[in-house]
Amino acid sequence: MSEHLRHWQDGPELDGQVPPGPIENKWDALRFSMKLVAPANRRHYHVIVVGSGLAGASVATALGEQGYRVSCFCFQDSPRRAHSVAAQGGINAAKNYRNDGDSIRRLFYDTVKGGDYRSREANTYRLAQISTEIIDQCVAQGVPFAREYGGYLDNRSFGGVQVSRTFYARGQTGQQLLLGAYQSLTRQIAIGQVEMHVRSEMLDLIVVDGIARGIVVRNLLTGELRAVLGDAVVLATGGYSNVFFLSTNAKGCNVTAIWRAYRRGAVFANPCYTQIHPTCIPPSGSHQSKLTLMSESLRNDGRIWVPRRPGDSRPPDAVPEPDRYYFLEEKYPGFGNLVPRDVASRNAKQVVDEGMGVGPQKNGVYLDFSEAMERLGRATIEQRYGNLFDMYHSITGEDPYAVPMRIYPAVHYTMGGLWVDYQLQSNVPGLFVLGEANFSDHGANRLGASALMQGLADGYFIAPYTIGNYLAGTDRTAVTADAPEVTGAIADVRNQLSALLGIQGRRTALSLHRELGQIMWEQCGMARTAESLSTARTQLQQLRESFWNELYVPGDAGSLNQNLEFAGRVADLIELGELLVLDALHREESCGGHFREESQTADGEAKRNDEEFSYVAGWTWQGEGAAPMLRREQLAFEAVRLSERSYS
Amino acid sequence: MKLHLRVWRQSSADDRGRFEDHELDGVSPDSSFLEMLDLLNEQLLEQRKMPVAFDHDCREGICGMCGLMIDGVAHGPVPGHTVCQLHMRHFKDGDRIVIEPWRVAAFPVVQDLVVDRGSFDRILQRGGFISFATGTAPEANSILIPKDRVDTAMDAATCIGCGACAAACPNGSATLFTAAKIGHLGHLPQGQPERYRRAIGMVEQMDAEGFGGCTNVGACTSVCPKEIGQDFISQMNRDYRRAVLGRTGD
Repeated sequence: MSEHLRHWQDGPELDGQVPPGPIENKWDALRFSMKLVAPANRRHYHVIVVGSGLAGASVATALGEQGYRVSCFCFQDSPRRAHSVAAQGGINAAKNYRNDGDSIRRLFYDTVKGGDYRSREANTYRLAQISTEIIDQCVAQGVPFAREYGGYLDNRSFGGVQVSRTFYARGQTGQQLLLGAYQSLTRQIAIGQVEMHVRSEMLDLIVVDGIARGIVVRNLLTGELRAVLGDAVVLATGGYSNVFFLSTNAKGCNVTAIWRAYRRGAVFANPCYTQIHPTCIPPSGSHQSKLTLMSESLRNDGRIWVPRRPGDSRPPDAVPEPDRYYFLEEKYPGFGNLVPRDVASRNAKQVVDEGMGVGPQKNGVYLDFSEAMERLGRATIEQRYGNLFDMYHSITGEDPYAVPMRIYPAVHYTMGGLWVDYQLQSNVPGLFVLGEANFSDHGANRLGASALMQGLADGYFIAPYTIGNYLAGTDRTAVTADAPEVTGAIADVRNQLSALLGIQGRRTALSLHRELGQIMWEQCGMARTAESLSTARTQLQQLRESFWNELYVPGDAGSLNQNLEFAGRVADLIELGELLVLDALHREESCGGHFREESQTADGEAKRNDEEFSYVAGWTWQGEGAAPMLRREQLAFEAVRLSERSYS
Repeated sequence: MKLHLRVWRQSSADDRGRFEDHELDGVSPDSSFLEMLDLLNEQLLEQRKMPVAFDHDCREGICGMCGLMIDGVAHGPVPGHTVCQLHMRHFKDGDRIVIEPWRVAAFPVVQDLVVDRGSFDRILQRGGFISFATGTAPEANSILIPKDRVDTAMDAATCIGCGACAAACPNGSATLFTAAKIGHLGHLPQGQPERYRRAIGMVEQMDAEGFGGCTNVGACTSVCPKEIGQDFISQMNRDYRRAVLGRTGD
């Protein structure tokens, strides 16, 4: 590690403020010890919520219902469009409705193990505890979860776990959960408890005397910049997969809110923990703007293969059986095509890198249903996967009933995010971070059907208590709009917008974003080495210079200017990319979604180094051009025993 | 592919707006319609002109952010798709394509192809929810719902709020959108206590926003990317009539 020391400085350890006592009682004990704000006093407090996805909409609703004054902001034209809407698979809960051995402890254990022992145990346990309440809440809202003929809720097994604990609404679970949260939020908006601001983007955090007191918001339609002041700020602004340019995230997803908070002192934890999903549709050319995920349930019946000979360009049906390389089945006979996401992804990359890729761009592997269709009949396949096959057909123009699908991994989710303590508060008092935007519950990899669970747990059932506790224990001194921290933050934002418009170079924000994605994907994607990461550092520094010298943004900052918004987000993504690469370079172990080629077992599996790296890496901004400070939170495992993953 | 594009340009709500013609070469048949617009915008930036503003986000047909009139058809020529899921292979080399924003009185144009659909949010604020507070929910399986009922509710709940229904309607009516939410909640036991209140509130707000009335044309369903059916409109009308006449059996 010593050779990289110059890249950062070590700082004091972080304390997650995990309550004492047995893991089952921690949350309950903490709730009892929390201070409360009396109902009649709640209207005197103003809470700012940024983001209206599952975490943002739910916390705004729950706080509004309690009687706090809430202002909620989103950049889309309606809170209903947040990217939570795109989740397909489902939401986990330890209801044990199937009587198949599930329990809070098992969901907790599966989540910690799935995260490769890099999450904070106490947070994950609480998530499993709360999971059951979430389902009750959503049903009461009118979420039309799938049901059995008897009228009871249906469940399915998801993401390779051994129990059926996933609740779902066709392939649109995220959409239905978001609509449930949005409807409840709508009710709070209608009665005036929540003030909703659409087409509004947070561009800075206002910190006064070390405490988060507000945000700077740009009205995207008029360009107006203003400070919104409050008693607490909640960021629920999602993940940063778009640092890879091509990802399954919506185009608008960005890191700006949490990045600007980082630059104001909030600690950014584990940025290198990114999740790659193995079953996405490969890019079809340079026009590609995003990638589409196909549910990984397809791997239950599809067989993955490539031609054994590199460069073999025969159509799939002309490749005879002996010339087909079923690489997962051959290498992992026990699990075959159902190996975990990261293993499936890395192996697909390996065969493509070795020249065995298929399709016009040679950038995919086959997912072949011909054997399953013979065994089960076309009708069964249609019933199981009909909508996915239709989606594939619509996007690629190829009929997957006739020719094998082509798939390739894509970035899907980011486990890193702003550091928070057990109460979901960042190191900046008054700044709370929820959902994918924080780092806390998933460790180095996320279990399927757990993202929705976390967003709603944070928003409905954790933050509404902990924010009240914070507010009750804080002496409020009024911050006025003319305070130097407020006017300074507005001036900083204004200067940055002018700078973006003033470069007047020859390159578009889109071309720079594409280049960023290429660097990140090539050097810091599914597999990372000290060498590739060092290359990425140099390339990213050059890219940042290109950005600030060659960018062209037309128009002005006084009206709707989509190019200006986008350029600001790309600037932040480039800076985040540099921190992500540094984090990946410093973590000289493999764990979860972070695979360092130098650290693998004899079978080529990810090899953790618990001795040296069983900690959360929290990065702190030290100023422009200065190396960031690394603050560690040591992870202590009391309820589970650390073990090595094995799938061979 | 080479295309001749005729695109609506309007700098702000106050601008009268006009069509602008552009030639676009090198379009891949595998690109989506929005990726084709990305390419047009890159070309405009190269010419140091303002790119065409359009709304989009998830680009996988679920967020409801995108929506364009393509040759006069909401979301373009392929039924059951949003424009982000419409691929250029459905067009031919040399085609002339006319691209416009939604043309609905209650969706004022903001800029170019971007419109303000805030009226949809306001309709839902008049009852498109179930009134209960977090923490009061009973155990999930204490509410039993027959499978066919929940499946019907789900058919309605798939509405993505894109506005194509209103854009396709010759009356500029938001009836299918409103009926979908009323149908979703109205098919569930949780939605019963507020069923008639909801029908009155949402229908009133739809009228107040300046949406036109429904004359059973059916254009809405034919362009709906989620193919939501007309039967929900009948149900909404039934609920509304009963509510107005006080024959709700409550």
